[in-house]
Amino acid sequence: MGGIPLFPEAASSFASEVDALYLFIVAVSAFFTVAVAVAVVFFGFRYRRKHAEEVGAHIEGSLPLELAWSIIPTIISMVMFGWGAKLFYEMRVPPAETMQIYAVGKQWMWKFQHTGGQREINELHVPMGRPIKILVTSEDVLHDLYFPAFRTKIDAIPGRYQPLWFTATKPGRYRIFCAEYCGTKHSGMIGEVVVMEPPQYQDWLAGGGTEGTMAERGGKLFNDLACTTCHLDNGQGRGPSLKDILGKPMELADGTTVMVDEGYLRESILNSQSKVVKGFAPLMPTFQGLISEEGLAALIEHIKSLSTQAPTSAPTLVPAAATQSSAPAAPAQGAQR
Amino acid sequence: MDTPVFPAHNYLSNGHGLKSWLLTKDHKRIAVLYLISISAFFFLGGLFAVGIRLELTTPQGDLFQPDTYNKFFTLHGIIMVFFFLIPSVPAVLGNFLIPPMIGAKDLAFPRINLLSWYLYVIGGVFTLFAIIAGGVDTGWTFYTPYSATSSNSNVAPVALGVFIAGFSSILTGLNFIVTVHRMRAPGLHWFKLPLFVWAHYATSLIQVLGTPVVAITIVMLFTERAFGFAIFDPQRGGDPVLFQHLFWFYSHPAVYIMILPALGVISELVSTFSRKRIFGYSFVAFSSLAIAIFGFIVWAHHMFVAGISVYSAMVFSFLSFSVAIPSAVKVFNWAATMHRGSISFETPMLYVYGFFGLFLIGGLTGLFLATLGTDIHLHDTYFVVAHFHYIMVGGAIMGYLGGLHFWWPKIFGRMYSEFWSRISAILVFAGFNLTFFPQFLLGYMGMPRRYHMYPDEFQVLNVLSSAGASILGLGYLLPAIYFAYSLKYGEVAGNNPWGASGLEWRTQSPPLTENFVEVPTDIPEAYEYTPKVVREAKLV
Amino acid sequence: MSDAHVHAAAHPLADGHGLAADHGHAHHPALQHHFETMSQQREAGVLGMWVFLLTEVLFFGGLFFAYTLYRSWYFDAFAAASKSIEILPGLINTVVLIASSLTMALSVRASQTNQRKATVNWLLATIVLGTVFLGIKVYEYADKFAHHHVPGASFQFAHVPGPGEAHEEPAAVGHVTTMGPDELERTTQLFFSLYFVMTGLHALHMIVGIVILFIITWMAHKGRFDSEWHAPVEMTGLYWHFVDIVWIFLFPLLYLVERHN
Repeated sequence: MGGIPLFPEAASSFASEVDALYLFIVAVSAFFTVAVAVAVVFFGFRYRRKHAEEVGAHIEGSLPLELAWSIIPTIISMVMFGWGAKLFYEMRVPPAETMQIYAVGKQWMWKFQHTGGQREINELHVPMGRPIKILVTSEDVLHDLYFPAFRTKIDAIPGRYQPLWFTATKPGRYRIFCAEYCGTKHSGMIGEVVVMEPPQYQDWLAGGGTEGTMAERGGKLFNDLACTTCHLDNGQGRGPSLKDILGKPMELADGTTVMVDEGYLRESILNSQSKVVKGFAPLMPTFQGLISEEGLAALIEHIKSLSTQAPTSAPTLVPAAATQSSAPAAPAQGAQR
Repeated sequence: MDTPVFPAHNYLSNGHGLKSWLLTKDHKRIAVLYLISISAFFFLGGLFAVGIRLELTTPQGDLFQPDTYNKFFTLHGIIMVFFFLIPSVPAVLGNFLIPPMIGAKDLAFPRINLLSWYLYVIGGVFTLFAIIAGGVDTGWTFYTPYSATSSNSNVAPVALGVFIAGFSSILTGLNFIVTVHRMRAPGLHWFKLPLFVWAHYATSLIQVLGTPVVAITIVMLFTERAFGFAIFDPQRGGDPVLFQHLFWFYSHPAVYIMILPALGVISELVSTFSRKRIFGYSFVAFSSLAIAIFGFIVWAHHMFVAGISVYSAMVFSFLSFSVAIPSAVKVFNWAATMHRGSISFETPMLYVYGFFGLFLIGGLTGLFLATLGTDIHLHDTYFVVAHFHYIMVGGAIMGYLGGLHFWWPKIFGRMYSEFWSRISAILVFAGFNLTFFPQFLLGYMGMPRRYHMYPDEFQVLNVLSSAGASILGLGYLLPAIYFAYSLKYGEVAGNNPWGASGLEWRTQSPPLTENFVEVPTDIPEAYEYTPKVVREAKLV
Repeated sequence: MSDAHVHAAAHPLADGHGLAADHGHAHHPALQHHFETMSQQREAGVLGMWVFLLTEVLFFGGLFFAYTLYRSWYFDAFAAASKSIEILPGLINTVVLIASSLTMALSVRASQTNQRKATVNWLLATIVLGTVFLGIKVYEYADKFAHHHVPGASFQFAHVPGPGEAHEEPAAVGHVTTMGPDELERTTQLFFSLYFVMTGLHALHMIVGIVILFIITWMAHKGRFDSEWHAPVEMTGLYWHFVDIVWIFLFPLLYLVERHN
């Protein structure tokens, strides 16, 4: 079997633990398979029928044995469950500080957008050693962003963001697959993730991103869609202020609260009247079908940039917004058309 | 011992001509109708598998167009799941054997039994129509929104076909439940029933409770596809993940519809060929019910990467392990049954040994997928493909073939070639492992399922798998030949060629239309083997 | 029923009358050969019907699950869409169906007490009421088509303001509803899709029920039922009551979302 590889490369911080858990279950499985196989083969020889009228012993069963072979496997499987659940929690819940990338699945390609403005198709450059969070969605049908070398994947579901995070630990080029069947060229929806040492990654960053950062693009869109008409920084507009809201709880009109994250921002833009902030009328038009997934991601990055400590990172903030506040929302509608 | 004589009067000789078959209400004839039709679908589904394995011998995807390949795996799945595996053991063996096993003349509703066969055939015709019209490419899971809006293939007729076949399955389950409750011979209480009957009872519960949910899900998909309704469509606020919840609420228990009856077969076989009472009878009986019940609360383990919350994933992972325990209990009890038995190795017993190997591997590899930390990596890879083939092909088909070899002399009154059947059992076991074991390795390497072409590093294992498939195919073809041959030229079997203890062996082979000349009243404990019983059994 | 005897005539072993079954006592003519007694046959039939209804519960259960999910997600759209449905036809239909359950129950009672004529009449009354229900349903569907409330390409949804709703929003803003018009048009389609699937399947069950009622009525007319054997009437009754109960759930869920104000 020397020529046959058994493991994909291990290039993320949790790859080795996934492999260890895998090997643990392999060992348990092998033990039980061999034990039962040996037993039945041994019984086959030992109790082989000697003459035509021979019958087996009359045995009803044994409660202690039944209990033993119910309880012992239960305990072993609980170990698997616990270990697997702990690892899953680590793999699913990203740390607070991550570098963020947006991914959009589309028949049949992966489109990646970096906050710095770089866009890639079927190729993704990431720095080594930094936690990276990818928000995955789809433009059409289900897809699944799968990095075997990182031992992780997530479905791309149209209409929502799903987070996937990892820390790459080894420079190199690794496979990206689409793991959820998506039609004709499902098997062609593959790419490569390039893990780079931080200095090389900086060089790569410098080489791209001519259209400005995502936040900048989003800021432009924010103006073009006339969001500024209502969302005033001072909170006096028809819509709530978007300053410093990220990661904070927001009280809604129906009395519940939500945590403001990318998913909530996304929902508020596309499905604008479903979770209205307390104290505001549900006046905002829906932008469903009016913004592309890329534009939406840029808009969200812009709104997030309003919550950072460095206001300079959002140069497109419109100070004149207040002067327009008395105007009717007609321009906003014009911008939609 | 006297040479047995082929009985002149039996259910096969009772009426000739097509009409006597197509309008029959005899559960045994209906079972034979099922046997013929599911065999046809099995070989059709197998043909698509041949196409898949041929394509995957090379990485480039150079044999078929991508769309053709996608239709191949879709049709392979749909035909094998809905038109072969789900009806296989229940509709053929269960249909034939449950009434004689419980001392009844027929199932409770003979006309409904015939109706379910017709529904099965009509569902099959819709599917065949879709194949001729160009096939369908959604995968057997019909995931939305691809199936609703994106696919250009014949989704609607296949959905309709599966819907209709679903009602066939529901009616079979209903018939079995009522039969077991109301038709048992006097004195045959529940704990004297063969475990085969227990397993079918549990299966029927799933058929009755689960199938309607997938039926309504398919109706919703159909309205979306055919009329432009919005139920799962994310463009109009619908949730494609809701489809997955509803689909798996049935389709995970459906796995147990496929495997539980096979487990029932194995219980009969282990006991008969060890000439010994099943070890821990009540534990094996209740484990069937436990599997059926737990099977309903684990469905979301198909969706660990599909956007369910971290905590609900943990709950479903935890519950998934609960199904593992009753399955393990069964295996241990079978092994213990063999201890101090009187074991012989005719062909059905070879299938039992094969079943042990494959079902163990299939069941244990399920642990990798129930465990959250490993499932993220393995989900939707070839590991999953290998796992469910070990269960559904390794487990269910080994059980089905084992049962068919065991009851063939009862069904048709003649023996098949022992030599060729042993060869075939060995070929199936070896071919199966060579086909599917490499797929576990491919899965861990990261090869996703439903791939028409793949990176070069996966080729060696894929070639091994295709080589194994050709052996497996031969192993499946052989029985078709020697079974057909035995119908005319086989040795006359006699009432009870194996010296088995069940009631069905106390009537002639093939049985009379009403199964028994006189319904047995002296019902022994299940699996009672004494030298006297064996001696008499052989001579009846 | 009759072909069993054809078989029996063709071959002496066909039907359990050949070898084993003793003819010492007279069988009820409705006793099928594979049952020992009438009570066994009846119990099997009733159990079978209950199991079938259990299946039906889960069949509709999938729809109720989808309804519940979307109603909680898009409550405003569901309320707005529900308000666009005329209550009166639904209310009449509810009364009609409840009345038909009564006539059905009376026909079962009549068949149990050997009242052939009453059985037939009550069954006919049930058929009439069922047909009235379907007629009103046809009217309602036509109304939906006329208002473009059928999901799909030609779907349109304009919010009909309820009596309690104010119009004082400035016209320039253009949003007088609690939900934007585009969004209402998107998400009310979920409601109407479920409306049509749920009521459509319910109506299909009614049609099947009426066909069965015709057969049963004909059998009753021919005098097939008596106090010892009336299982078909009884089981049709179970089925009919089930279909009614489904409607009792559908009516408030589809017609009465937030009608209280």
